[in-house]
Amino acid sequence: MPSAEEVMTVTDRATGHGPGGARRPPEATLADETEAQARFERLIAQDERVEPRDWMPEAYRATLIRQVAQHAHSEIIGMQPEGAWLTRAPSLRRKAILLAKVQDEAGHGLYLYSACETLGADRDDLTEKLVSGRQKYSSIFNYPTLSFADVGVIGWLVDGAAICNQVPLCRSSYGPYARAMIRICKEESFHQRQGYELLMTMMAGTEEQRAQVRDAVDRWWWPSLMMFGPPDAASPNTARSMAWRIKRHTNDELRQRFVDITVPQAEALGVTLPDPDLRWNAERGHYDYGPIDWDELARVIRGDGPCNAERIETRRTALRDGEWVRQAAAAYAAKRAARDAVGTGVAG
Amino acid sequence: MNTTGDTPDAGAARATTPGDGGAGADTGAPARDRRGEWPLYEVFLRGRRGLNHVHVGSLRAADDTMALRHARDLYTRRNEGVSIWVVRSDAIAASSPDERDPFFAPSADKVYRHPTFYAIPDDVPHL
Amino acid sequence: MAVDNAYEALTEDSRDLGDRWAYGTGFQDPLSGVDATLPTGADLPAAARHVLGLGDDALVMAHRLSEWCTHAPELEEEVALANIALDLLGQARLLLARAAQLDPGLRPAGVAGHVPDEDALAFFRSAEEYRNVRLVEVPHGDFGHLVARLLVFSTWRLGVVDRLTGSRDPVVAAVAAKAVPEIAYHRDHAAGWTLRLGDGTDESHRRMARGLAEVWPLVGELFTTADAERPAIADGVGVDPATTRAEFEDVLRRVRGQATLGPPGADLRRDGDAPATAWGRTGRHTAALRDLLAEMQSVARAHPEGRW
Repeated sequence: MPSAEEVMTVTDRATGHGPGGARRPPEATLADETEAQARFERLIAQDERVEPRDWMPEAYRATLIRQVAQHAHSEIIGMQPEGAWLTRAPSLRRKAILLAKVQDEAGHGLYLYSACETLGADRDDLTEKLVSGRQKYSSIFNYPTLSFADVGVIGWLVDGAAICNQVPLCRSSYGPYARAMIRICKEESFHQRQGYELLMTMMAGTEEQRAQVRDAVDRWWWPSLMMFGPPDAASPNTARSMAWRIKRHTNDELRQRFVDITVPQAEALGVTLPDPDLRWNAERGHYDYGPIDWDELARVIRGDGPCNAERIETRRTALRDGEWVRQAAAAYAAKRAARDAVGTGVAG
Repeated sequence: MNTTGDTPDAGAARATTPGDGGAGADTGAPARDRRGEWPLYEVFLRGRRGLNHVHVGSLRAADDTMALRHARDLYTRRNEGVSIWVVRSDAIAASSPDERDPFFAPSADKVYRHPTFYAIPDDVPHL
Repeated sequence: MAVDNAYEALTEDSRDLGDRWAYGTGFQDPLSGVDATLPTGADLPAAARHVLGLGDDALVMAHRLSEWCTHAPELEEEVALANIALDLLGQARLLLARAAQLDPGLRPAGVAGHVPDEDALAFFRSAEEYRNVRLVEVPHGDFGHLVARLLVFSTWRLGVVDRLTGSRDPVVAAVAAKAVPEIAYHRDHAAGWTLRLGDGTDESHRRMARGLAEVWPLVGELFTTADAERPAIADGVGVDPATTRAEFEDVLRRVRGQATLGPPGADLRRDGDAPATAWGRTGRHTAALRDLLAEMQSVARAHPEGRW
């Protein structure tokens, strides 16, 4: 369905705004702006997609850039906790699956940076903001992976939570973001399956393996719940993001959905989620769950998680070590272009 | 040391890769030039015979060859049956999506006149 | 491509999984559907040795490539390197499994019965029992080293595997047929980077030249054959790598020339004149392989009865 729009996306970027916002010819008047605002609001109200070159409020643009960039950064940093087990995966099939999954995460990061660039952001600038700590990534990736069972639990819980978050975003009001999310969700679904399948297999293995699975579930359950962000009462931007249809559900709604989906999966797996307050509430038609340690989330976001410094340093090192390679490729392309120009008699 | 500044063609780099691309022959160059940033490419795929190429996203590459290769790796998982086009984002001319756009600027934008501009949804037959 | 509704995508049944899983990650027996008849009249233990060596090459190379994950110079290159590693891992799984079929005696003793042959061979052999060439085991250096190793490895392997498509072993022939376009792609990738680095900046030129110089002493070994695998060549199951050397040298000469790295001339000849020894193919390795395996096998060996 969105194919024609997708073509338009490119053309929009090509002639649209550069970094820093929409092109604004001097003759643009206040009346134009008012009409544009009305049009934007009509698009949102009709649940249409906003496309890159459409007029949009600066706050809408800024909110999206922040959200999409944070999402992109999370995919890239998220490669690390699992990537750490690539060289130790205990079967060749698991090694291949894990490599394919970590590769997908790089791909997802690229889809999202691409969407973000249609808003006038620049990937290099975003990366710079990531490594200098001015933009965040999901705090879940600041926890260490202690055994191979963590690979399975990340697939099941962390990717499961991500899917709950992301599926509604496939209908986000911003076209390029929504389209990137469709692609990503499609791939994430098998990330979750591979994780769950690994855990099922390990639970059918030795007692030691079962203990590893239980330990990993204990460590990742609460951080997974925190992935949905602060409770609605403490999330001042949610209302505006929902009005703009950048978000489609509140943090607490999504968290509840995740809990409701996950509890039966845990039972099927034969593990106990580490929450004594977790029980079915027939009146609400949902599972109740215990209080979340929001201080911990705040600490990890602030940078005091177990792996914050290591994650950023790894990314920074890759960028620094790759600099001469990127330069070489650019220099080679320039030489080639210059030679081609001479060869065809076209002035450079 | 500024390694790209040593290449004799640094000036050409500036001409062919606006805003980036291994220029920076002098110290006044912006930091991002010295980082060797690659230009943005848009990627179009023909998923199977009988369909138009459809825009699927963008990527960065130093040159066309690399862009095609990355597109194949990233967007098709190297499916041999797929036809891929890549084009530098800054080489695309375009109309405004909606002529009521207050910032619409008439220019040499004729992309929409081409039949391929109107990509056909995959599930519409006989088009 | 046609999926616009992500909810639909999530509920699709598993028949679609094949599209989404990358190479070699499927759930089936990697050799299912291929005629697994053993070649009649062939020296099967020798054939197994030959196939094992080619499988070990792919496995160790894939492992070294996977070490680059999260360290690549650009995100697009992360994806490209992972693709290459996945291809090689897929080849390794098929070849190891086939080696164990050709000679069940290769399977290490005492490995739990539920462990597939490919894993028994990958995770429960010592370095001395590995048969890979040393080129793939030496630790990785910078990106120039990666490109140099990949260029040499894939150029050499393409020549060998291309000839293996005519193997009398139907499985080896099938694996080779699948691998040829993969390796050709790897070689192109490496050649493209050799040009960019060689003819890029002064620094990249220096690093590319250094990378090639570093791997060059390991090239001679690529064209050797261990005595134990020699009958496989006579039987038409295997390929004598020495027959691919001229082609290898020609490709390297052309790529180096285009990359402004000059004719390899002196160093290539010096190595060619040296009496070549089948180091890795006879189980003689550098210390790096022991370290690599210690890491790679750590989890599998800590849980010998484990299920994954």
